[in-house]
Amino acid sequence: MQVTRFPARASGLSERMSAFIAHLRMNGLRVGPAETGDALAALAAVEATDVRQAQQALCVLLAGDADDWRRFDDLFEAYWFNTGKQRTGTAQTAHVRVQSAKPMIWQQESQDAQKTETGTDQAAAPDTGDGEALGRDGKLIATRTANLSRRDLRELMDEDALRQAEQAATAIARAIRDRRSRRRKQALRGPALDMRRIQRASLARGGEPMDLYRRARPPRPLRIVALCDVSGSMTVYSRVFLAFLKGLIGSGTEADAYLFHTRLMRVTDALRDHDTLRAAGRLSLMAEGFGGGTDISGSLERFLNGYGARALNGRTIVLILSDGYCSESPEALADALARIRRKARRIVWLNPLKGWKNYQPIAAAMQAAEPYLDAHLPANTLDALAALEPKFRKL
Amino acid sequence: MSLQHIQQGLAEVGYVADDRLAMALHLAQLLGRPLLLEGPAGVGKTEVAKALAAQRAARLIRLQCYEGLDASHAIYEWNYQRQLLAIRASEAQGGTREAQLFTDDYLLKRPLLEAISEEEPPVLLIDEIDRADEEFEAYLLEILSDFQITIPELGTIKARSRPIVILTANGTRDLSDALRRRCLYSFLDYPSRETEMAILKARMPEVEGLLARQIVGVVQALRKEDLEKTPGIAEMLDWAAALSGLGVNDMAQSREEVQATLVCLLKTAADYDAAPPEVTDRLIGKVA
Repeated sequence: MQVTRFPARASGLSERMSAFIAHLRMNGLRVGPAETGDALAALAAVEATDVRQAQQALCVLLAGDADDWRRFDDLFEAYWFNTGKQRTGTAQTAHVRVQSAKPMIWQQESQDAQKTETGTDQAAAPDTGDGEALGRDGKLIATRTANLSRRDLRELMDEDALRQAEQAATAIARAIRDRRSRRRKQALRGPALDMRRIQRASLARGGEPMDLYRRARPPRPLRIVALCDVSGSMTVYSRVFLAFLKGLIGSGTEADAYLFHTRLMRVTDALRDHDTLRAAGRLSLMAEGFGGGTDISGSLERFLNGYGARALNGRTIVLILSDGYCSESPEALADALARIRRKARRIVWLNPLKGWKNYQPIAAAMQAAEPYLDAHLPANTLDALAALEPKFRKL
Repeated sequence: MSLQHIQQGLAEVGYVADDRLAMALHLAQLLGRPLLLEGPAGVGKTEVAKALAAQRAARLIRLQCYEGLDASHAIYEWNYQRQLLAIRASEAQGGTREAQLFTDDYLLKRPLLEAISEEEPPVLLIDEIDRADEEFEAYLLEILSDFQITIPELGTIKARSRPIVILTANGTRDLSDALRRRCLYSFLDYPSRETEMAILKARMPEVEGLLARQIVGVVQALRKEDLEKTPGIAEMLDWAAALSGLGVNDMAQSREEVQATLVCLLKTAADYDAAPPEVTDRLIGKVA
C-alpha cells in the first residue's frame, strides 16, 4: 500500500478530500475528480463528524468492486489517521522510486535493500520471519546445483533474453487463443454452406436457392491464469518469468496473472500498464516480502477463495510457475490442486528445476502435486520456454 | 429519512441490514445513484430490493437479466401488430397518418421505461446484471446516469420521478468500469452468527431457543467446510422451516430428520456425500 502523508498545509475539507481521492487512485481505485465532488456531497448528507458514518459513506461511494471494498478501511485509516504502513523517511521513499524506475528491479541488490526496509516496518510484513529461513533453504539447493546446466535462465538476464521470454509467452498465448468450436453455427461469412437454411429459404423463391447462408465454427478461445512463484528459491528466474507473464498479458488472449510467495497478489493490471515506469513501481510495491519463503498451497487456497470463482471456468488453463519448494504440508497442496482441477480445464506446472539433468520430483510437494497436473514441463532455459508452444497447442 | 429509520423500517418488513448496507441505501436515496450489490449467492441481494419496496410502500419493478437480453426486452418495443391493424383500419376509412402510429398507444413499455415513467418513485431491481451481455450495460448507462431514455421516433423521455435502482451481480463476469463508476457499491457477505440469528428470528419467530441456535451453528460450520455450493441464508431458512415443520425441537434427539432434511442445505450430490451422519453429528456436537 502506498501512503500519502496527510497534507499538513491543506486548508479546507475539499483540499483534503481531493488529496484523499489521489491517495486512493494511487492505490489502484478507479476514482477521479467527479468522485471528489460526490464524496463531499455524501459527507454533507451524513453526520460527517461521526468517523464511522463518514467511513461507511465514503466506502459505499468510492469502492468499485469487492477488492476495493475489503481494502478501503485500511486505506481510509492510513490517510486520515496517518496509521498506514509508512516508510520511515522521505529519502528512502525517493530511493525506492529510483529503484523501481530502473528496469532491473528484480536484481539481488534491490532485494537486499527491500529487506532492510521491511525490517523497519513490522506491520507491513508480519510473515517474513519463518518464511525467510525456508526461502534461504531453497536458495541453497539452487546454488549447489548451479553448474549443472550451462545455459540456465539465471545467466541470461539481459534485455534480449527478457524479450525472448516475452515472445515465447506471446506464442503460447496465440497457440491457445485461436481455438474454434467443433460444431458449426450460422455465420455471415464462413467456409461451409448451410444447406438446411438455404433450402428452407428457397421455398420463398419457388425452390431457387437464391440466398446463400453460411456456417462457420465460432471461436472458443482458452483463457490463461498464470500463478508465478517469486519466493527466495525462484529469485534467479523471477525477472524472466515476469517478462513471460507480461508477454501472456499483452498477447490479446484473455489472461490473468498473479504473483505469490507467502501472500498472493493479482498483477494483471500492473502488467497491462502501458506506462512501464508506473508498472515497475506498482510491481515493486506488490513484491514486498519478495524473495522470502513460499506457501504454495496457502496462496492457491487464497486464490480459490478470492479470485478463483471469477477467474476459473471450463475454458481456463492454469499455469503455475514454481519450483515446488513449499513450506506447508504437501497434502494441503494436493487439496488445493484438486479444487482447481474441478473448476479449470487444465493445470500446467512449469518447473525451472525440471530441465536440469537427473531431476527427480523428490520434493514432497511436487510428488503430491503430480497426480493433479496435466503437464509438468521444464522452464529453465529460453529454448525450453519456446518449446512449450507445440505442447500448449495440444492441450 | 435518517440512517436509523432505514434500518428500523427494513427490520419491520423482516430484513436485517447491517450498518454498511443501511448507509448504502441511505446514500442511494439521497444522492439518487444506483446501488450495485455484489456477493455470493444466497446472501439476500435480491431481497434488499424487495424489502426496500415494501418499506417504502413503493412498486417493485424487476428486470431479470440473461444472456441475450436486448433493448426490446428491457426498455421498449413498438407494438407492430397493433400498428398494422391501425393501418388497415385507417386504410378502410381512407387515409392514414404516420405520425399517429408512433405514439404512446403503440409503445410496449418494458421494465426500464416503465420504471422512469411512474409518478411515484418505484424500486427498480436489475437482477444478475452480470448475466447480460456487455452491450446491454451500454444501454443501461444513459438510464442510470441521467434517468432518461431516447426513443428515436418519440425523442427523449425524461424520468417523471427518480426510481431507486438496485443492481445485483455475483461475479459471473467482470462488469465494466463505466457501470461501476456510476453506481454506489456494497459487498454483502455471509452473515455473522449474531446477524443470522436475528434474521432467523425476524423471518421465523416460531423457531426459537435451542433449535435456532443449532440451526445457525450448523449452517455457520457448514460454510467453513469445503463445499461446492455454500448454503446461503435462503437455504438456512428453508432448513429451519423443514425442521420446525417436522416438529424437531432438539437436533441431537432426532438425527434421522436432520439427515433427511439436509437436502434443503446441500444442493449437489458431492456436497451431500461430503456430509454423512458422522459429520452432521460432529457439527451438532460442536454447537451444543
